[in-house]
Amino acid sequence: MTSWFTSPADAGERLAAVGYLADDGIATSVFLAAALGKPLLAEGPAGVGKTQLAKVVAAATGAELIRLQCYEGLDEARALYEWNYKKQLLRIQASGDQGWAETHDDIFSEEFLLERPLLKAIRRTAPTVLLIDEIDKADVEVEGLLLEILSDYQVTIPELGTIVATRKPYVVLTSNATRELSEALKRRCLYLHLDYPSPERERDIVLAQVPGIEASLAEQLARTVATLRALELKKSPSIAETIDWAHTLLALGRTELDESTTTGTLGVVLKHASDQTRAIKELGLPAR
Amino acid sequence: MSLVDRHVGFVDALRRAGLPVSLAEGLDAARALAVIELTERETLREAYAATMVKRPSYRPGFDTLFDLWFPPVTSALRAPRETGTDADELDLGQADLARLRDRLAELLLGDAGATGDPAFAEFVRAMVERFGRQPAGAGRQNWFSYSVMRALSPGTLMARMLDEVLRGQERGGLAEKVARRRLTDNITGFEDAVASDVRRRIAEDSGVEKIARSVVKPPVDQIDFLRVTKADLAALRREVYPLARRLAARLTIKHRLGQRGRLDFRRTVRASLSTGGVPMVTHMRPRRPHKPELVVLCDASDSVATFSHFTLLLTYALREQFTKVRAFAFVDTVDEITRFFAPGTDVVDAITTMTREADISRFGRSDYGHSFEGFAEKYGDAIGPRTSLLILGDARSNYQRPALATLRRLAGEARHAYWLNPEPHAQWDTGDSIATSYGTVVEMHECRNVAQLAAFIEDLA
Ligand SMILES: Nc1ncnc2c1ncn2[C@@H]1O[C@H](COP(=O)(O)OP(=O)(O)OP(=O)(O)O)[C@@H](O)[C@H]1O
Ligand SMILES: [Mg+2]
Repeated sequence: MTSWFTSPADAGERLAAVGYLADDGIATSVFLAAALGKPLLAEGPAGVGKTQLAKVVAAATGAELIRLQCYEGLDEARALYEWNYKKQLLRIQASGDQGWAETHDDIFSEEFLLERPLLKAIRRTAPTVLLIDEIDKADVEVEGLLLEILSDYQVTIPELGTIVATRKPYVVLTSNATRELSEALKRRCLYLHLDYPSPERERDIVLAQVPGIEASLAEQLARTVATLRALELKKSPSIAETIDWAHTLLALGRTELDESTTTGTLGVVLKHASDQTRAIKELGLPAR
Repeated sequence: MSLVDRHVGFVDALRRAGLPVSLAEGLDAARALAVIELTERETLREAYAATMVKRPSYRPGFDTLFDLWFPPVTSALRAPRETGTDADELDLGQADLARLRDRLAELLLGDAGATGDPAFAEFVRAMVERFGRQPAGAGRQNWFSYSVMRALSPGTLMARMLDEVLRGQERGGLAEKVARRRLTDNITGFEDAVASDVRRRIAEDSGVEKIARSVVKPPVDQIDFLRVTKADLAALRREVYPLARRLAARLTIKHRLGQRGRLDFRRTVRASLSTGGVPMVTHMRPRRPHKPELVVLCDASDSVATFSHFTLLLTYALREQFTKVRAFAFVDTVDEITRFFAPGTDVVDAITTMTREADISRFGRSDYGHSFEGFAEKYGDAIGPRTSLLILGDARSNYQRPALATLRRLAGEARHAYWLNPEPHAQWDTGDSIATSYGTVVEMHECRNVAQLAAFIEDLA
């Protein structure tokens, strides 16, 4: 097995080198996923860096990222493999007086196979990060399929036989927790709950992601966002939105987050009108 | 204690506290220990969490137990502090209270707890040593957090800390709110650290197993709706939106099942190829889901006050998920409360206004029968063949007429009807509860906590 990271500290440093700031929880689980050869399930609210985590693991290790985006109605044919029926039909039409048995063998060969992300990740011989994104959006049956594949990293295609991974991919699953995932799937994975970061870490994330921003403004932003998150809003601001806010202020040439600036740009971090109203009231901001 | 004993004891304690750690997960944790540096305490904590804690609601209990089984220091082994290096340095064991409070303010202002400054941990331990000990007779001692808090009273430092942070900036505005939030969080951090050090000392004195049994609170999703404290309520509120989304998704799926949509051409042809291109099996596309309608009928009497508060929140959250939600509340009279929960209103305000203005109570005690009849008469047309009807209440009739026939008719007209009861099953039918009678008319589920509500939702499909 490849050694992806040598220690949690090594994981933390190499993720930082590609712009992702990990805390102890992230660094340790990212290291363990590879060291124990287990999939990593990252669960948490929107915009806290779940998808980004898989991308930076690939970037930090030079592995290729293969992504399976989940959605309602995703099926085996889209996730694993499918036969290219159009091509097969043409081949059947062209088969002339060749016997059916022979044609059958022909059309169920590699040439007619459409590889989908799961199969592709298993067949790759170079280092691979397999990102199974937003698994909670897929139907429960997809979890069954994943359980099978993630337990022995092999796929059986009736017409072709069993394909076994020569090199286990590094697997990251993400979920927004819109539904509870099955216990069986959770047992098989390492679990990382990604949540909103501490103000200290968020300040550092802003500094890393938004070149040219003053440290004092980054600090003010992180503190203000933490205050907003304590308000019981419909939708708390995410890290991605904090970053957007920083870019906005920079573009407006502001060096300080005073009250009128906050009111004027609140829409960048709070997307519901009722959340904006609430924030203006609770934080004593000037109304617009 | 050897590492193996400690590991086994810790995993046992987690299970006793209600964390479902499987055998395989226990083994994963043990394998993780073999590849990490055991002296890195935070790495050890996270390695255990990654392998055994698979729900955020279990994490606080896990952390408490981890701190007991893997304490940061041991009183007996702690090296005496080197003193005298710095003439100004505060002697935490001797200094007077005013100087200790100055020091605490300094640490809180510097975010020392949040940044993991060792001086913070040292201060906490010294304060527990000095103020947390109480004699407990016959040469024994006991440890308490409250006496530490009473002595140092961190809350009363707030005013001067704010002065320090704001330095003449205008008061009452954003800057103050933000500073307050930070300092309040830091004070909470101090209280937690003191409580944790107190638990560590109790464990040293009387054994870790003993204390472990009593310190872990149930995870938020297992808090009884009928025994919710104000502090719990805020935590519960955060669970509401995800639940509303799930409930909506489930009812939508259920709606769709059994109905077939258009022919799925691609899948049909694909399946036909193993039969030489002759389509033997046709595949249908799932029908486009159309959003269902929901009618919520909710007991808002005092006996279920916290439960109804929660269900009103849920109702509010559901408005975004359903094309049409109508909500009704009753004590002994039913009133439509949809108007209070218009999109864009503030939910806390809405509940306050509703309690004040809705016409739901004549005599102040639940009367289900009268309420159902009133509902059927005034709002019966709210229920149609596409409606899901959700009734929330403890089915305690105050010995009034149940109006079963009316409820049966209402349920019959709806597409689905469910009743969620916040009382434990064992108490159904005791006293004035007529849960079973109502349960024969509308499928009734025990719903005492978020976990059960979530399970009900998952089972809907
Ligand atoms: N630890 C971090 N260090 C640096 N940047 C981060 C970090 N966490 C999040 N970000 C930033 O936040 C952005 C949003 O992250 P991402 O898209 O991965 O969120 P997500 O959790 O997958 O959200 P969703 O549930 O909406 O898909 C990233 O593009 C990145 O810029
Ligand atoms: Mg994502």
